[in-house]
Formats: sequence, C-alpha cells, structure tokens
Amino acid sequence: MGELIFEARGVDFRYPGATDDAVRGVSLEVRPGELVGLVGPNGSGKTTLLRLLLGVLQPSAGAIVAGGQRAAAWDQRDLARFVGVVVQREEPVFPLKVRQAVLFGRYAHMGPLGAPTAHDLSAVQRALDRCDVAHLADRWVSTLSGGEWQRVRVARALAQEPEALVLDEATANLDMRHEMEVYELVAELVQHDGLAGVLVTHHVNLAARYVDRILVMDHGVTRAIGAPREVLTRAVLEDVFEWPVAVQEWDGVPQFVALKKRR
Amino acid sequence: MRQWALLIGGSVVAMAVALAVGPAAIDLTAVWNGLVGTGDEATVAIVRELRMPRVVLAFLVGGCLAVTGAALQALVRNPLADPYLLGLSGGAGLGAVGAIALGIGGAWTVPAAALVGALLAILLVYRVALVAGSVLDARVLLLGGVVVGAFAASVMGAIMALSPAPEVRNALMWLLGSFDRASWRAVAIFAVYASLPLAVLYTLSRTLDLIALGEEPARFLGANVERTKRVLYVTASLLTAVAVAIAGIIGFVGLVVPHAIRMVWGHLHRDLLPAAFLLGGILLVIADALARTAFAPLELPVGVVTALIGVPIFVLLVRRWAS
Repeated sequence: MGELIFEARGVDFRYPGATDDAVRGVSLEVRPGELVGLVGPNGSGKTTLLRLLLGVLQPSAGAIVAGGQRAAAWDQRDLARFVGVVVQREEPVFPLKVRQAVLFGRYAHMGPLGAPTAHDLSAVQRALDRCDVAHLADRWVSTLSGGEWQRVRVARALAQEPEALVLDEATANLDMRHEMEVYELVAELVQHDGLAGVLVTHHVNLAARYVDRILVMDHGVTRAIGAPREVLTRAVLEDVFEWPVAVQEWDGVPQFVALKKRR
Repeated sequence: MRQWALLIGGSVVAMAVALAVGPAAIDLTAVWNGLVGTGDEATVAIVRELRMPRVVLAFLVGGCLAVTGAALQALVRNPLADPYLLGLSGGAGLGAVGAIALGIGGAWTVPAAALVGALLAILLVYRVALVAGSVLDARVLLLGGVVVGAFAASVMGAIMALSPAPEVRNALMWLLGSFDRASWRAVAIFAVYASLPLAVLYTLSRTLDLIALGEEPARFLGANVERTKRVLYVTASLLTAVAVAIAGIIGFVGLVVPHAIRMVWGHLHRDLLPAAFLLGGILLVIADALARTAFAPLELPVGVVTALIGVPIFVLLVRRWAS
C-alpha cells in the first residue's frame, strides 16, 4: 500500500482579485493509514489547501493528484466514493432522521431512483455502529447534541466507503469530551481501517497527540512539515502564531501553552 | 402505504366532487354515467367536454406548482420558497402578456414566452439577492423574488392598460388564475410541456435531498451542484411558465402543499415529489370547485381562493420558521 492518496507538488493558488497567493509552493503527501494535520493561524491557507486537494479549487501552478488522478478532473460522484468529507458547518434546514442522513453517504453508490440495496443498508449500519451512533438511528437530527451530530456526519462519510477521510475544523464548536471522542474515532479509523486522514484544526495540542505528520502553514507557505515532535518547537509556534509560548513534552509529544504577556 | 392510498383516494374523491358541482348540479351517479357515456346527451357533454378537462387541468396545474415549490425549497434551502414568492410566476405572466400584446400569442407560443419571462425573472432575482453579499442569503432571495414579482405585475398592468388589443385587456381575469378556458386541447398542451420537466425533477430526487443540505456538503456527497442548479432553474421556470400560460398566476399552492407533505412523508424527494403532486392536484381541484360555486353564477379567480387559503398558512409557517 505504498501509493499516495493525496499528493500536492509545489502548489500555488490565488483567489480572483487578491493581491497575494493564498497558497504558495506547498507540497504534501498523504498515504493510506496515515493521519495528517494542517495547522496554522486564521487565513494561513489551511482550508484553501484542503479545497485544492479536493479539486474544488484548481492550482495556478503545481499539481494536485488524488487517488492517481488530477484532483480537479474527478467526477463528483467518483470523488465521493474515494473521499468522505466532514465540512466545518452544516445545519440542515429540513427535518431528517439520523439513519436517512447516513444513507445520504450511499447516494454516490446508488442509482437515481432504485431502492437502497442490502449492501447499502449494511454499509449504513456498519457506519452507525462504528461511530457509536446506532442508538440514535431513529432520532431527528435536530434533536442531537453537537457531538452526536458530528459523529453522525463522520458516520455518513464512512458510509461512502471511502479511502480517505477529510475533516475541516469538524470539532471547532464541541466541548472537550465530544471533541476527544471525534479525535479518538478518527485516529482509530485511520489506524485500524487503513483510511488516510487529513484534518484541519486550530487545536495544535490535540493534533500533536493524534496525527502522524503535521503541516504548519503561515501566510500560505509551509513553515514546517514532519512528525509533531520534530515540527512543533517553540521557535516555530511563536513565529507562526506571533505569540510567546512554552512547550513541554507530554505523552511523548510536544504540547504548548500560550503565555500571558504581562503578569 | 396507507398515506399513499389516502392521497390517491383523495384525488379521486376531489375530482368526482368537482365534476358534480357547478351551475347544473349533477349527482355522482349521473357523473359516472356521463363519464362512461350512458347518461343523457346534455350530461355527457357537460361532464366530458366542460367539467372533465377543467378538473383534469386544475389537477395537473396544482400538481406541477406543488412539485415546483418543493424543488425550489430544496434549491434555496428555505421552506418558504415557491414559484409565486420567488417571482417566477410574475415573470412568466409578464412574458405571456407581452407575447399576447405583440400579437404572437398562440396556444403553443404563450407558454414559450412565459418560459422566457420566468427564466429572466429567476436570473434577476439571483442578481438582486447577490447585491446583498457574495453569499446567497435565502431571506434576501425571497425578498428579491417578491420585488421582482411586484415589478412584473406593474409592467403587466401598464401593458394591459395601454394596449389597444381587447384580448390583452381581457387578460386580467385569466392572470388572476382561472380555468374557465379549459379544454382537452389545453390539457394536451400542458401535458406536452410539463411531462419532461416533471420526469427530470423526479430523476433528480436524490440530488435534491443532497442539495437541501447545502452546496458544500452536497458536493462532497457526490452531487454535481452547478449542473443541478442550472437544470433546476430551467425545469422550475418551465413548469411555472406552462402553468401560468394555461391558468394564470396561482400562488401559494407550491408553498403550502410541500410543507404539509413534509410533515407526513418527511423530506426525501423520492416520496415528497409524487406526494406533493397528488396533494397539489387535490388542493387546486377543490379551490377551483370553490371558485366556481361560491358566488355562482359569478366565478372567483382561483388564484384568489388559493391566496385566501395560503396567506394564513404562510403566516403560520413564518412564525414556526422564525422560532
């Protein structure tokens, strides 16, 4: 399983009308069974890079390959069978049961009209079980807590039976326990099920503890890339976030604390 | 299953009652005899040539408006959308009146002109909505729809007031919604124009489920969002256009019906669309029967009846939606 799930080589991207590149000269490789974290301050280009990897945006220079194919050339349906994405915000307007919501993950495998096949239904059930939301299957989505809804969305992504999982700040407004539950789940899916995982997050400490490799972005460029203990040094963090920090090792990985400037 | 039986049974009952009531009340046995052709000659003629096409047409128009409303609600992610509130009906009406005023108003060309008007209206509504910001706000979109609809109505009023052609001046009754010109030919024209967009919408059922989640999630679940949106603009415009060309501007069916269906069938369009079609048909058949009989021998425009039913429900929906 040496082949790459995502590969970005020297990628530039500039939004129309902007004076600076949002992403400049970034390279990244993501392999099966590997969890990669993208961190950096607001506007550092994390989400833009994610959108490039997913073919939503096309690089102005460099190349992006997803699953052996140019990312922007993917048909949406095929891409949905290759990668499951949990976006930052999603608020359903219309009432929906949890099982229906997870079945949406099967739509990329289903025809336009026929009933779901036995395989579709079992994939939904497996995804519900895997994410520990099977007991919620008949609840209305609107009655779920933030953490439950997030796990349901991960379950929906799993029902796509993808080779990769991408989470864009998917834990941003969860409390501690729910956030930890999502991280534990994603880490397990990557380690045991061999999925490739990419997650964008503001929570550098959590990323440090769960991801295999971390890409620190700043103003659209790669500030550092590698294993968390090589990358997350005081120098890098202070430079990127422009704030004094102290870094200590915990569980074998660096964890940082932002310092008060005046005591 | 029970719900479907109820809807289909309701359709049959509504149509039977609508065939029975009118200037000459005909009891249901006589309606049946008229339908199968065993009744007296006058009854056969009334049932087959006057009332039946009118009832069938009202059913089809109501069904199409409800389906269009359901699809538009998914597209703009707002349960308050419908072809009338989004300005499509107004644009279609303006297109139709314009064609008649220009003297090119044939039975087949009026729907085509109405389509052009509806497409221009939805494009304009989107332009107006985007003035408020690069991200589409459903509330601004609805506001834009109401504004464009009002604008279209005033231009129509100007054309009707100034045009020397009597058929344009007479268009007012038709524009307020009326089936009094129903005929089997009108049913045929309607069926020809409406069947393809209806079929297309039905095959898009699952894509509509996804689009209703929002464009970004829909995209990553496999929906081709941009293509689907274009197809939806055109199909919704086409269905609205042919409904307006045949029966005038009939509001609120597309708003009220999908909402009622969502409460029972849920939000999946594979069930929602056909169920909305049936209930929309029932509602408009009943509304038309009321319009014909409430002040007989005078006829109310059916659009007035649907507005009387729809406006209070709209207010209730806004209250629920806001809370």
